[in-house]
Amino acid sequence: MDNKNKKDYSQYAVVMEQIVKKFPGVLANDHVDLFVKRGEIHAIVGENGAGKTTLMSQLYGLINPNSGKIYINGVETRIKNPNDAIAAKIGMVHQHFMLVDRLSVVENVVLGMEPSHGPFFAIDVARKQIRELSEKFGLYVDPDAIIEDLPVGAQQRVEIIKVLYRGAEILILDEPTAVLTPQETDELFDVLRSLKAQGKTIILITHKLHEVMAVTDSVTVMRLGKVTGVVKTKDTNPKELARMMVGRDVLLRVEKDKAKVGDKILEIEKLEVNENRGLRAVNGVSFSVHKGEIVGIAGVAGNGQSELVEAITGLRKVESGKVIFKDVDITNFSPKKHREMGMGHIPEDRLKRGLVTAFPIYYNFILGKHDDPKFCDGSFLKIQDIKKFSEELVKEFDVRPPLINILGANLSGGNQQKVIIAREIAFEPDFLVVSQPTRGLDIGAIEFIHKTIISMRDKGIGVLLISMELEEIFSLSDRILVMYEGKIMGEVRPEETSTEEVGMMMTGHRLEDLRSQETQEV
Amino acid sequence: MSKLKKFYMNDKIISPLIAIVISFIIAAIVMILIGKNPATAYGALFYGAFGTEGALINNIMKATPLILTGLAVGFGFRAGLFNIGANGQLIIGALLATYVGSQMQTFPFYLSIPLMLVVGMLGGALWGALAGWLKAARGAHEVITTIMLNYIAVFIANYVVNGPFQAPGGVPKSPEIAYSARFPNLVTTGATWLSAGIFVALAAVVVVYIIIEKTKTGYEVKAVGFNPYAAEYGGISISKNVVLAMAISGALAGLAGTMQVMGVYYRYLGSLGGSMGFDGITIALIGQNDPIGIAFAAFLISSIRAGSNQMQIAGVSKNIVIIIQGIIIFLVAANRLVKTLMVWKRKGVEEI
Amino acid sequence: MNAWVQAIINVFINPVFYRSTLNQSTPLIFAALGGVYSETTGVVNIALEGIMLIAAFGGVVGSYFTGNPWYGLALALLLGISMAALHAWASIRYAGDQIISGTAIILLAQGITGFSLVELFGKPGSTDLVRSIPLVNLGGFEEVPFFGKMVGSLSPLVYVAFASVVFSWYLIYKTKLGLRMRSVGNNPEAADTLGVNVYNIRYFGVLMSGVFAALGGAFLSIGELGQFTENMSNGRGFIALAAMIIGNWSPTGAMWAAILFGAASAFNDQLQSQGVLHLATNTQYLFGMIPYILTLIVVSGFVGKSRAPTADGIPYIKD
Repeated sequence: MDNKNKKDYSQYAVVMEQIVKKFPGVLANDHVDLFVKRGEIHAIVGENGAGKTTLMSQLYGLINPNSGKIYINGVETRIKNPNDAIAAKIGMVHQHFMLVDRLSVVENVVLGMEPSHGPFFAIDVARKQIRELSEKFGLYVDPDAIIEDLPVGAQQRVEIIKVLYRGAEILILDEPTAVLTPQETDELFDVLRSLKAQGKTIILITHKLHEVMAVTDSVTVMRLGKVTGVVKTKDTNPKELARMMVGRDVLLRVEKDKAKVGDKILEIEKLEVNENRGLRAVNGVSFSVHKGEIVGIAGVAGNGQSELVEAITGLRKVESGKVIFKDVDITNFSPKKHREMGMGHIPEDRLKRGLVTAFPIYYNFILGKHDDPKFCDGSFLKIQDIKKFSEELVKEFDVRPPLINILGANLSGGNQQKVIIAREIAFEPDFLVVSQPTRGLDIGAIEFIHKTIISMRDKGIGVLLISMELEEIFSLSDRILVMYEGKIMGEVRPEETSTEEVGMMMTGHRLEDLRSQETQEV
Repeated sequence: MSKLKKFYMNDKIISPLIAIVISFIIAAIVMILIGKNPATAYGALFYGAFGTEGALINNIMKATPLILTGLAVGFGFRAGLFNIGANGQLIIGALLATYVGSQMQTFPFYLSIPLMLVVGMLGGALWGALAGWLKAARGAHEVITTIMLNYIAVFIANYVVNGPFQAPGGVPKSPEIAYSARFPNLVTTGATWLSAGIFVALAAVVVVYIIIEKTKTGYEVKAVGFNPYAAEYGGISISKNVVLAMAISGALAGLAGTMQVMGVYYRYLGSLGGSMGFDGITIALIGQNDPIGIAFAAFLISSIRAGSNQMQIAGVSKNIVIIIQGIIIFLVAANRLVKTLMVWKRKGVEEI
Repeated sequence: MNAWVQAIINVFINPVFYRSTLNQSTPLIFAALGGVYSETTGVVNIALEGIMLIAAFGGVVGSYFTGNPWYGLALALLLGISMAALHAWASIRYAGDQIISGTAIILLAQGITGFSLVELFGKPGSTDLVRSIPLVNLGGFEEVPFFGKMVGSLSPLVYVAFASVVFSWYLIYKTKLGLRMRSVGNNPEAADTLGVNVYNIRYFGVLMSGVFAALGGAFLSIGELGQFTENMSNGRGFIALAAMIIGNWSPTGAMWAAILFGAASAFNDQLQSQGVLHLATNTQYLFGMIPYILTLIVVSGFVGKSRAPTADGIPYIKD
């Protein structure tokens, strides 16, 4: 990878050598090497779970590697905690801002390193220092504004100022554009260029390839904890990067027949939904799902998929647009109504939404149907019937241990997921929203869940599958939609596309642009 | 694991017992330090609580409202709500019941007694539901609102029994309730009597147990208390259940006040509530929010309260039992952490 | 009706009303400031009531046994800080439930004061009379009409209360420590990443709440009266909590709310003492509930804007 003398790293601001980081059950970083030259903008790209953030968290001392070495400006440096990182002039802007909302910009920037006149906090001095930093790097922000009143883009500038105030020469930015509007993104890039012009080194974690092309000098590509490519930006193109990111054989193949597509069951019209902070997360999405087919939504996490699912299932307010289910406009109906009409939902976060972990599993088996006449005669629960029902499900879905009195919290992740799936299927829905069904599960559980989903489809149920795992999308879906920044980038059939093409769409390219480019090239 | 061992390993039972034992030991040390004999004091305490028929009756009479305020606070905890307002709910319930009771001179007992119970519960339920509504609709934390509502209830009661609803003469008090609205006395010994109220309290234990364990309402309230996100996902309305849980909690507290009216004072008196609302917190914590546990915990607190007078005669201020109670709560609070850590540890191991 | 108006006017033109307002507000200001310190750093402190109570007792005990009310004040502070330390220990070190811990402390304070009252003074109810902290006489100023009766002779603790508001305002909004307190109460994780010691700052906040609530408690017993009576704090800790909320968790806001509550109470007392009127004795109870209703309205967001620190009441557990 590098053909220089192993120990002469003096031209590099950062070298990470043979980094190994294990988490329970996962090898998050598998002998990763990273070389970042002084004064360059270096991108680390990869899908979710590729190990990018893990790698950078080790550089910033948030977690420590199992093995491997870190060199800063050619000197081996041990970074045990963020203070060590700050001492080594490394700063990190986290994906989720670490700002105190109620305090002003000045107060946030200097917190922990306040200039002072005796016991008093010298706000005038701090203000002046911040103005200087703002001027120098084009980071415009009112020092006296309160953080919660600022738009996200300005909050991010505060984070960058905070890092610079602490003397950082090396800046790590984790998915900095994930929360920004296109204009704010452009402004950020201007800032990054200005930082680079003044000699700072920048490491940018991203999955958006056009950003990589627009602003970086070199790129390290990661996949499944390993480095799959190191290139100079000017020598590469998005297609090659996408291949390195996602291009691979689909390992999991599920036996399935051609879908017997029935009537339309769900229709989404120009849906607009906000995320928790009030920013638009789903931005004019339209599509439909028919009975007997699986429609997969591919995309990198955080592109509006969670909000889309919550809006469809009634858990989040729809700002505009319609959700039409079985020809009835159910926009902003209660979750209960959704269930009564025959919509099942396997949620993305089983511990947050899917289970009441303090309940025994026979209670979890009836969540959402606890007032069904089968389980409840008006006011009293039919405990015996519920237990019998649960016994059957435990057997049918092979939940282990096969005890219906065990608390949800005491099951393994795979068995928790089995409980949820068993429950949703047992309710005999006509339509099932399945979100991230196999996250964090082992191969056996994954296979079981995939087979179950296919069998649901074959029974004529419409399935909407949301997954960050491309393999899962490819092996299960009859149609694939790709979501990026709250919009659908295109619709393809798995047999007529490639992981590469879907990967391009996931990183911000519209299908029609890709296809028209191809025609031009031909 | 043998059954016996399983029983002792059950931290739901063992941890409050440890807290109780430690607090009694600390109190004993305090007594030794000031030159008193803890054995004598605790002997007197026991004698005062159980030693005579009168003591036992007194004890049970004290336990009656405590079971109910304990259930009130415990039910709130089950829904993830901290109801510090049992006192206010108790006052409003007792006040309304007294008013209705004083207007029923011509009613037969089979009408007036149930009516009293219903009105008392309704009063408490309204006061509780108000805090629930302020939380569900306006996001106001129930701890603050119930504290405020406690004081408002106290002032309302003082206002009423010092004016519009005042009985003539001496201390501020309301007129008496009708004879038909009073509980019959089961046993009378000298100046103490045992009213039928204890059966109402024990019935409430059973009813609350059934609500929590066997009904749809209990299921929904618990789901909201344990995991509101999952409850919402399961089509359970968080707002509705917060209001409902506070109403039920308040109804139980209101019933506690009504017990004092129907079985003890036969009218509303300023001091009627005493510290029962606060005691309800202790009792719910010791009883681990389990209705049966709460019944036992209420008897523990009523016993140390009832026995404390005898202990005072033996030379140790009866306030020591409040210290004991404070230490128990403190230890139960700390114990919660120990348990949480245990759960995390277990979870962590299994997920690997 | 006319008689009512006259009675109210009589209250307002009487300097005693203003002096009484200052005296009634002082303990509330102290305790509300205590609440501000604790909750600014993110620890809910309903134990103020208990801290006031035990400090009121400590003040009398210290004065009784030494004959010097200043030693009484010292003992009050010591006991108040100890109680606060207990709360801090449970809710910071052991990340316990802050409401439960506060409840325990209120009970402990009631038990300890009731118990010791009997042990030390041989009877329940109240202590013997002790020397209270001498009033500050403004020399000739006492002769000045109206104002002389109003502020000519006040407990030094009244001045300390107002000085504490100014001090606290500067501390919280103008010093490094104050900045760290506010950051810890709103986003402890962010503060932690910048090297601020969340636990130490929270300990500071809770212990300071002990100091101020203790001053409030001491004022009740040895400020003017020179006696302790059972359950002397009588809910003032909770009113102080209300004042803190209405004052939007700021020292000055809490002070104004405390003055409002103090004035309401003084007004009530003065109205009662207008013997000329056949006022129903129970009107005092209607006035009495005003602070609590006001607090309900404010916390429910119907009027005004009051927001607790974002991380208030949430234990910080470092992973």
